[in-house]
This record gives sequence, structure tokens and C-alpha cells, in this order.
Amino acid sequence: MFEDHGLLVINLMSAPGAGKTTLLEATIKSLRGRCRLAVIEGDLQTDLDAQRIQALGVRSHQITTGTVCHLDARMVARALTVFPVDELDLLVIENVGNLICPASFDLGEGLRVVVCSVAEGAEKPRKYPVMFHKAAVVLINKIDLAAASDVDLVELEANIRSVNPTATIFKLSCKSGVGLDEWTEWLQHAVAARQASVLVGA
Amino acid sequence: MHEISIAESILEIAEEQARAQNARSIQLIKLRLGEFTTIVREALEFAFEIARQGTLAEDAVLEIETVSILVRCAVCDRATQPVVGICLICTVCGFPMEILTGEELQIEYIEVETEEEWIKWKLSQKELPQGQQSESRSRPTS
Repeated sequence: MFEDHGLLVINLMSAPGAGKTTLLEATIKSLRGRCRLAVIEGDLQTDLDAQRIQALGVRSHQITTGTVCHLDARMVARALTVFPVDELDLLVIENVGNLICPASFDLGEGLRVVVCSVAEGAEKPRKYPVMFHKAAVVLINKIDLAAASDVDLVELEANIRSVNPTATIFKLSCKSGVGLDEWTEWLQHAVAARQASVLVGA
Repeated sequence: MHEISIAESILEIAEEQARAQNARSIQLIKLRLGEFTTIVREALEFAFEIARQGTLAEDAVLEIETVSILVRCAVCDRATQPVVGICLICTVCGFPMEILTGEELQIEYIEVETEEEWIKWKLSQKELPQGQQSESRSRPTS
């Protein structure tokens, strides 16, 4: 159904603490005035993340799953009644922090984006291959911590490629801001391409 | 624990199909499950036991066929079955490999019993003399 609205939907996934919400905040700030977006947040408990997004003046809705380890399409469908989807260009669904279960659930998204922070170690893509294999985009976050975490970024990137040779990879740090522009510019192009495909009836 | 959501979804699809056939019950659900998924067979079987209660598939057998991972190099056409871990860079030519099989989560078919078949079976039970009734307990399915 999202295709009909020219709306780009992102399923944003990572391990807990990789920096999804901080990355989302930075992305929102960068895209401000350039696209109309909304956010669905998934967590087991609390609406802390939805509050963080709302503080930036962006519409957000929190799904609390209780004990469920992932979001599924039914939960997203229920949340959609809150958003007028035809007034949006971009909808980001921030999944429950988990590198296993969310990989198996299609939320109707156009893009799967996986965030991987360097502090998790270089071998994570090989340990959780299904998640990384299914990602269209992998964002390597917290690269400012690479030296402190004793992680080789070249090795991490090679490990992502070993399970997903065609992934689009960005290396960035939300703290220092390095690499963020490349990602947000790419994302803006993706949003525009999504709309263009609807205009030409593709 | 996500297997319970998967089991519920499988039952939802199977019941929808069964109702379209005017079935009164589901006898069997045949599933193809790839090795390169995050779904654990044993956990799914356990979840199915719980989720099927009160559904048309209450007495159904869940038959799971495990589908192995098979990858192929798009350039040198070499197909391999990874033993430990998965690497999608071809060890021979260095080009990307694609996954041919192993990502399946597919209901291949279901077997149902229609109202008509059930009535027929009930009638056949009545016609039989008492002694033979226990021997023909297995009901025909379609």
C-alpha cells in the first residue's frame, strides 16, 4: 500500500544501543524543511524514543510490544491509523533493538537499513548473517570510537560484504557529525526517486 | 520467541484457505523452512502446538521440510552448500554470490476435510458392526 502513496518507508534495525534513535535525530535535523516525515518507534517498554522524536517537532508514534522481540506488519498497520500517510514523503519505523527476530518480519518497507556501531565489534555481520544479508543499507555508526574499541573498520566492512556483497554502506559518527551528510543526501535522493516512480506510474 | 508470531500467521493463512474450500477442519499443513532464516524448527513446532488451539487446525499435523542453503556465484556459476557460516564472496573468482535456496518460509500445501467428507465418514461408521469400528478410525482426508 505504501507504493501507491509515493511514500518511502524505512525499517531501521540494529542491536540495542547501536544508536538508532540518535541517528534518527541527526537525520531529521538534516532533512528539516526538505521532506515531510514521521516516525514509528518500537520498544518493549516506555515511550522515551517517541518523545525524543516529538521534541524535534516531528510526528511520532510509540508501539510498546510488552515482551515481543520485534515489530510485525499488524502492529504497524494499527499504528498507521495515527498518520495520514498521503501527507508524508518518508516514514521511518524504528524496530526493537535486536539483530535476530526483526530480520524475519516484513513491515511493508521499501528500504531495510541496519545500523551497526563499531563498538559491537567487527565480527557481528558474520554472527548475524540473516539481518545483514537482508539490509539494503548498512550504516556503520560511532566510527569515532573505532580506535578506542580496537576495531578495524576495513575488517568490519569486509565482513558486511561477505554476507551482503551489494549493500550500500555509509561510515559515520552521529557524535562528531562525520559522514552524516553523505547518508542524508543519499536518503533525500531515495525519497525523491520514490516519488518520481509514482509520478511516472512505475 | 518470535516463532509464535510466525505460527499464528501460518494458521491465519491456512484457515483462510480452508474456509475458502468450505472445510470443517485442517488435517495437515506442509511447510518449507529454509536454514537461512531466523526461525528455529523446534521452537516453531512448539509455538504451533499452542497457537493451533481453537482453530480449524486444532488436530492438524505440521509437516516441516528443512531447505538447505545453496549459494551460487553469478560469474563462474559455481554452486556450493556452505558448511560453517555463510560467505557470499566466491572463493574462486571473488565475485558476489547469490542465495539460491535456504530463505524459504512457505506453506506448500494444506490438507483439509470438508463437511461432505466428514458426514460420509460418520455414516460409514454407523453402518459398520461394533467390532470393526475401532479399526477404521483413521479418517479419509483430501
